[in-house]
Amino acid sequence: MGERILLIAKDAEARIRAHGVETYPHECCGALLGKDDGTAISTGDQPVREVWSLFPLVNRRDDSPRNRFSVTSEDVLAAEKAAKEQGLEVVGWYHSHPDHPARPSEYDRDHAWPWYSYIIVSVAEGKPELMTSWRLNDDRASYETESIQIHPSEAEMEALRTEIDRKRAGA
Amino acid sequence: MAVKVMIPTPLRVYAAKKDSVDVSARTVGEALGGLTTAYSELRKHLFTEEGKLRSFVNVYVNDEDIRYLAKENTPTKDGDVVSIVPSIAGGCCL
Repeated sequence: MGERILLIAKDAEARIRAHGVETYPHECCGALLGKDDGTAISTGDQPVREVWSLFPLVNRRDDSPRNRFSVTSEDVLAAEKAAKEQGLEVVGWYHSHPDHPARPSEYDRDHAWPWYSYIIVSVAEGKPELMTSWRLNDDRASYETESIQIHPSEAEMEALRTEIDRKRAGA
Repeated sequence: MAVKVMIPTPLRVYAAKKDSVDVSARTVGEALGGLTTAYSELRKHLFTEEGKLRSFVNVYVNDEDIRYLAKENTPTKDGDVVSIVPSIAGGCCL
């Protein structure tokens, strides 16, 4: 098994960066809505998780918004409802690291759930820089990075999916 | 008392991919205990090493947050739905 792949629509990727700029020097946060149900596109033996859209949220950590973010359980339920309405599910979360590298901190790892993809965008002096994604391992002590791959639009992702479905049906 | 425990998406992989598990329990604590006895891999994601519910694990009985009830001693009755709902936190540095 190679590195996991997170396929993200270009619009969604751009919105994460824009959100990080908008809230700088505070952390932004939001949900990643997509698919990871076996219908996502696969490459070889490696299933691919897809992010199709976002559910931007308000950072609830107004006591320490420069280095912390928090999403309440009510916000999580709202994100899940929004995902369901689009035929998607919440596959992960994004947040920004203002003036810090796009690397999960110990605090990030301590508070992470397994399975979810966690995207971090670094925003240095108000400008978006590196974006990374990671997932917590079963042991809760370590994590694995995911390779973020961008597709030009949701329409193109849909076309790609249709093409793969057609090939599978013909096989 | 037959209680349905709803498993959040990120933990289903540790519960044979089920979205809910039926357990017999008189309290929320017993329901979570029954769940983690059946699926022991869930334990470390729900509880700290000291056996306390992790801060980002929220539990509801029907639609009521147990923090505003009797926490893990909240009684459950036949047909109740106990939902485990994540909250999400993180941040760039210490």
